[in-house]
Amino acid sequence: MLRLVNVNSYYSLVHVLRNLSLHVHKGEIVTLIGANGAGKSTTLRSISGLHPVKEGKIYFKDIDITNKPTEQLVKIGIAHVPEGRQIFWPMTVMDNLELGGFLICKIHGKKQLKKSIDEMYELFPILKQRQNQYAGTLSGGEQQMLAIAMALMTKPEFILLDEPSMGLAPLIIREIFRVISELKNESGLTVLLVEQNANAALRIADRGYVMETGKIILEQDASSLLKNQEVKRAYLGRDKREIWE
Amino acid sequence: MQCWDNKNECMDRAEIEQLQLERLQATLNRVYKNVSHYRHLFRQIDFLPEDLNSLDKLSELPLTTRQDLMDNYPYGMFAVPLREVVRILAPALTLDKPMVTGFTTNDLDRWAELMARNLTAVGVGKDDVVQISLNFGMVTGPFGVQLGAERIGASVIPVSGGNPFHQLKIMRDFRTTTLVSIPTFAMQLARTMESAGIDSKMLSLKYGVFGSEPWPEDMRKRIEESLHITATDGYGLTEIFGPGVAWECPEKKGLHIPEDHFIPEIIDPVSLKPQPSGEEGELVITTLTKEAFPLIRFRTGDITKIDNSVCACGRTHSRIDRIFKRSDDIIVMRGTSIIPGQIGLVLERINQVVPHYQLVVERKDHQDQLLVMVEISDRFFFDEMKKQRRFVERLHRELSEFLGWEVSVKLVEPGTFEHSLNVVDKRQF
Repeated sequence: MLRLVNVNSYYSLVHVLRNLSLHVHKGEIVTLIGANGAGKSTTLRSISGLHPVKEGKIYFKDIDITNKPTEQLVKIGIAHVPEGRQIFWPMTVMDNLELGGFLICKIHGKKQLKKSIDEMYELFPILKQRQNQYAGTLSGGEQQMLAIAMALMTKPEFILLDEPSMGLAPLIIREIFRVISELKNESGLTVLLVEQNANAALRIADRGYVMETGKIILEQDASSLLKNQEVKRAYLGRDKREIWE
Repeated sequence: MQCWDNKNECMDRAEIEQLQLERLQATLNRVYKNVSHYRHLFRQIDFLPEDLNSLDKLSELPLTTRQDLMDNYPYGMFAVPLREVVRILAPALTLDKPMVTGFTTNDLDRWAELMARNLTAVGVGKDDVVQISLNFGMVTGPFGVQLGAERIGASVIPVSGGNPFHQLKIMRDFRTTTLVSIPTFAMQLARTMESAGIDSKMLSLKYGVFGSEPWPEDMRKRIEESLHITATDGYGLTEIFGPGVAWECPEKKGLHIPEDHFIPEIIDPVSLKPQPSGEEGELVITTLTKEAFPLIRFRTGDITKIDNSVCACGRTHSRIDRIFKRSDDIIVMRGTSIIPGQIGLVLERINQVVPHYQLVVERKDHQDQLLVMVEISDRFFFDEMKKQRRFVERLHRELSEFLGWEVSVKLVEPGTFEHSLNVVDKRQF
């Protein structure tokens, strides 16, 4: 469904993504894991047109979408949930969701918009209770749910999730990840998930890529990556020396 | 037609190429980071793995030879620390520096998958009984077959090689449906059946998976007729996995090479330049998913050619021709690869100097025979017949022990053979 071929991106002179190639099949959850500054978020930003791609190609359903403006990508079914819960704090939950569904309102009218919002409430019941509250007053987990819900309002086929677990309590992380895999299983959503929390991400993912300084160093099934000692050593924080060493 | 892993075995060319590019980039990045041998090589030619942006550029990289593996013995070629290696196999017949490969848990898992693909392609299912008549310890084969058969859910009888009477009994009483062995052994089995008066109809054999020595089509025909089975060829390399590198489907039109795990290339063994597609040459393999022992452009020494067309069985991975020839002087017979120099080392151990010797391979009655001719010289000339006989017996014993099967040894007069020719292969394919 999504295919990156030799993507190169720069922050001014700094070469961030170095010939990065990856692919995501329809209905898959693929996770990108790696340390800080490996280029995971830049990859997502390059896909969704927020960051210029200098060389290489990005294809979505075999259509070249390299450097296409973000608003066009939303129309063809790509949604991006950026890092750090980018919601509108001084607005209510309801208003935020309506903003997320701006395109629906424009194309299908208000009725459809209302329906979509109700669907989001069904997915995240807590948001319904908070619908008239200001977004800024929500807890971290609720804000993240709201951010995801806003992205889902346009009914994307493909969603880019950037660190949904950042700064959240383990219980809430579990809840959010449960919703992600539910979306995949029930509505066939395709997900590219960037995570620091490699353990949690690999558990719901089908496949994973391990990034290091702008390069991919491993591509495997998620279950194999969980067993891979190299990954354990570097990202899962399970490198303990045996007594005999 | 049955596939073990439909998604991966039947993907279209564009998908294969995307996956190969991703995995090749990842593998190169990893070996550059973890394997000092490759880091040095790449630095020498001023190549940064992250610069690779096309599969075609692979042919610009240096080749890996068996000599490289020997030079980096014991741990130099490993890409993971030894404590992460869960299995080490050291089967090949070398005296000074054994051929050692290692596997991580994931490597073994992948080997099982590949062998499951191989066996499923042949027709083996979960209700089958697989008898593995390969020598454990001498080759890596049996371990892989066992992993694959167990992955499918078939029953495995690892009986090791030799002792055809015992094997036939097991085969009859436990209703073995699949025989995995070297073709020579299958012929031996057929002969034993004749002499013991066992009819192949008393057995439940359906499939035979053979390999690790070249066997011509007429031998296949004989095996199929005498055992009433479908016999297919398998290809593997100790340095890579053992079996599971390529295999025949029942179409019998070349061996499928799983391109999601390997990139095959064909080069000219002399100029080392890539051959145009469809031309015959030496097979070079790059592993894409091996964690512990990744190899970049490994020279197999086997002469074949690649066919990229989609097979009638539906699998899209390209196929290599059956292999009968080598580009070096290694002799492949009876499931073992014999490096002639190693025979020289055995001879040296016995009489302190390396005598002039010649290895003669012949096929007699569908059985490959090795004759070692040793030239008499002043260093060992025996005026007593008894001493000489004892000496020949000792050579015979030590060589047979080294190879694991019977060798014939002959002392010859000087001038009987040309010294420059160490190997004479008289087999017809």
